Amino acid sequence: MSEKELGRKWDRCLADTAVKLGAGLGLGIVFSVVFFKRRTWPISFGLGYGLGMAYSNCQHDFRSPYLLHGHVVKEQ
Amino acid sequence: MLRVCRKAAGGAAQSCLYGRGSLRPLQPCCYYSSTGSSGATAGKLVGAGLLFMGGGLGGTILYAKWDPKFRANVEKSVPYSEQLFQMTLGPPASPAPLPKKAVPPQPLHISSVAETSKESKQKKEKSAEQPAAEVLPPPGEHSLEEASTEAAHIISAMSEAVSVPAPGTHRDEAEPQAEAPAGAECVECKHEAPSAVKERPAEEVAVRLALQDQAEQDVLASLSTTLEEALGRTAKVTLQAVEAQDAAVQAICTHTQKLKEAMEDSEVSSDQKSTQWSALESALKERSKCVDNAADALQKARSELENLRGVIAAAKKSSVPGARAHILAAEENLHRMSVDLDNKVSKVQSAQTEAKIISQYSELVREAKTQFQKELNSITPDIQGGWKGLTGKLTADDLNSLIAHAHRRIDQLNRELAEQRVREQLRIETALEQQRLEDKKALDGAVAAALERRREEVRLEQERKVEEVREVMEAEMRTQLRRQAAAHTDHLRDVLKVQEQELRAEAQESLNRKLVEQETEFRRMNQQQINAFTQDVNTAFARLKGMEDAIDSHAVAEEEARRAHQLWLAVEALGYTLKTAAAEAPTEPLAGAVQAIRDSCGENEFAQALATALPEESLQRGVYSEASLRARFYSIRKLARRVAMIDETRNSLYQYFLSYLQSVLLFEPEQVAPPAKLSPDDMDTFKLLSYATYCIEHGDLELAAKFVNQLRGESRRVAQDWLKEARLTLETRQIVSLLSAYANAVGLGTTQAP
Repeated sequence: MSEKELGRKWDRCLADTAVKLGAGLGLGIVFSVVFFKRRTWPISFGLGYGLGMAYSNCQHDFRSPYLLHGHVVKEQ
Repeated sequence: MLRVCRKAAGGAAQSCLYGRGSLRPLQPCCYYSSTGSSGATAGKLVGAGLLFMGGGLGGTILYAKWDPKFRANVEKSVPYSEQLFQMTLGPPASPAPLPKKAVPPQPLHISSVAETSKESKQKKEKSAEQPAAEVLPPPGEHSLEEASTEAAHIISAMSEAVSVPAPGTHRDEAEPQAEAPAGAECVECKHEAPSAVKERPAEEVAVRLALQDQAEQDVLASLSTTLEEALGRTAKVTLQAVEAQDAAVQAICTHTQKLKEAMEDSEVSSDQKSTQWSALESALKERSKCVDNAADALQKARSELENLRGVIAAAKKSSVPGARAHILAAEENLHRMSVDLDNKVSKVQSAQTEAKIISQYSELVREAKTQFQKELNSITPDIQGGWKGLTGKLTADDLNSLIAHAHRRIDQLNRELAEQRVREQLRIETALEQQRLEDKKALDGAVAAALERRREEVRLEQERKVEEVREVMEAEMRTQLRRQAAAHTDHLRDVLKVQEQELRAEAQESLNRKLVEQETEFRRMNQQQINAFTQDVNTAFARLKGMEDAIDSHAVAEEEARRAHQLWLAVEALGYTLKTAAAEAPTEPLAGAVQAIRDSCGENEFAQALATALPEESLQRGVYSEASLRARFYSIRKLARRVAMIDETRNSLYQYFLSYLQSVLLFEPEQVAPPAKLSPDDMDTFKLLSYATYCIEHGDLELAAKFVNQLRGESRRVAQDWLKEARLTLETRQIVSLLSAYANAVGLGTTQAP
């Protein structure tokens, strides 16, 4: 069903966001703790990174039907 | 370009002006403050501007005056410049007139006689005036009555309307002024009276012409014969006269010769003398006879010549053209003969004068002799006869007396001689005078005769020349007429040919028409009979056929009815299967029912086609019911509204958010009745969905599907599946309804009325 597709996409998106955020957070915390003396910024950086990646993935997923794939035609 | 220069010049002038006005060095700040009074500088500015404008205008006008192309350009580009130019410069100069080659005046084409006559003959039917005018000069040139009548006769012999053109041409020759009316009359008469005088005049005129020719010939023959006879006679007589003259001359000469001999020869014996004298006598007789003969012959010749002259005059009066030559020849002959005759006569006369002289001399001598004889007789009477036998008979006295007589005679003769010598001179003078007179008279006479003769010759020459010229003209006229006649015959031939063709075509046409009529009549009759017969046969056959068909159709109808029932049942079964759709699940697969239909309508193409037209999905999987689709539609609607803004250009997540916001904030009525015609404004997603909802609510799935089909972008993608299902359902239902309608129709069709 095509109407369910959108819902599925959203699900994937959210799941991906959660994962990425979590991952980002985790890495952020790790980095903050390990390398940056428990500063806050790596965390926010990580979160932001994760969010960004998730956003990007989400967008790509939503855009995918409209993307045109071009092929380079080598001239003979 | 010039304007630019002018502007630059103006600008330069301006700057120059300013430069001259104030010798201060150029300062970046304005001039106006340095002078101190803005009004003056404004005035200067205005003045300079006006000057510049005036200069530009004047320059433009001057240059336009000099260069017309520039003027044209300016007039084209600047709106009211042409009026300005017209006011100041006058109208624009016209383009240089093309040098026209002087058309050489057509040289007066004096058409030759041959051409005009030919043309005239050919155009005789069309324009009478021209031919009349052109035919005029040739005939007018040789205005001989004979030639004109001949020509008229030739023309009339050739043409149909005979009598009229002949007088026309005759009149033309006679009156050159009346040519045009005569010619016109000619044509009119010709056109008016051709039918009345068709065949006969030609024959008549031919006969007339023949008769005339004959008459002419006769006259000519008679004339020539008379002339010849007269000539012959005259020639003979003249010849005779000439011979006679010659004989006379001869006789006179012989006579004089004999006389001379007789006179001079005194030593001859008496017998010879007497024979001489007798010969002389005979010669004299001969001479007189010959002279008489000659005179007679001359008389006769002269009379004959007069006759001939009279005959020639008569011939001239009779004026037959052919005789001219004869007449001329005869005249020439006459002249020659008269000249010869005159010559001979003069010869005879001279001979005669000579003879007279000789005779006179002989007379004188004889007289002297007789005188001497007498004197001698008077002195010595008894001595007679000649001197020769007298030497012994004369005495001294006789001798003395003889000598004395001789001396006396000598003295006398001497005296006479002296006297004669004295008178000689006078006599010679008088004689010369006489001679001169006579010579003059003779000369006058000779001159007069020669003049006469010359005049006669000249006249003959002239007549001969006139005759020649006349002949030449005759010949030319004849050729022209012949040409005219030939052209006329050609024209006639053409006309006849055309007529013949026309008549033939007409006859052929009427013949064809008659034939065609007859043939069509025949065919018609034939066809009628065949038709009647065929009709009877057909009716009989048709009845037989009808009976057979009726029987067959009964059986066929039974079969049809059975089949129709089966089909109907099958279709009903299919329809029933459609109703088996549950709330969310599709119907049963329709394959079985469709197969049943296919079996029941084996050879029915329409049903077969329809049965095969059912989509594969419906056969295998079944279709959804309308209710389920309806329910599904609402979820679609919600989703479609949420992604209304998303399409291939706008598809970021932010756009998704915006689209969702739009769907939340936009309030559209849920159901809107769709208009009869969709405008581009209606292509909005929300509107379309409203229309579709309305349609769904009112049971029109088809229209709803159509509206949903108009969605674009993500909304369309969302509604894709629903649309497909809706399409399937609609298709299947359509086919089924068709089939059922068909089955009903067939059933109704095969139902026998009780």
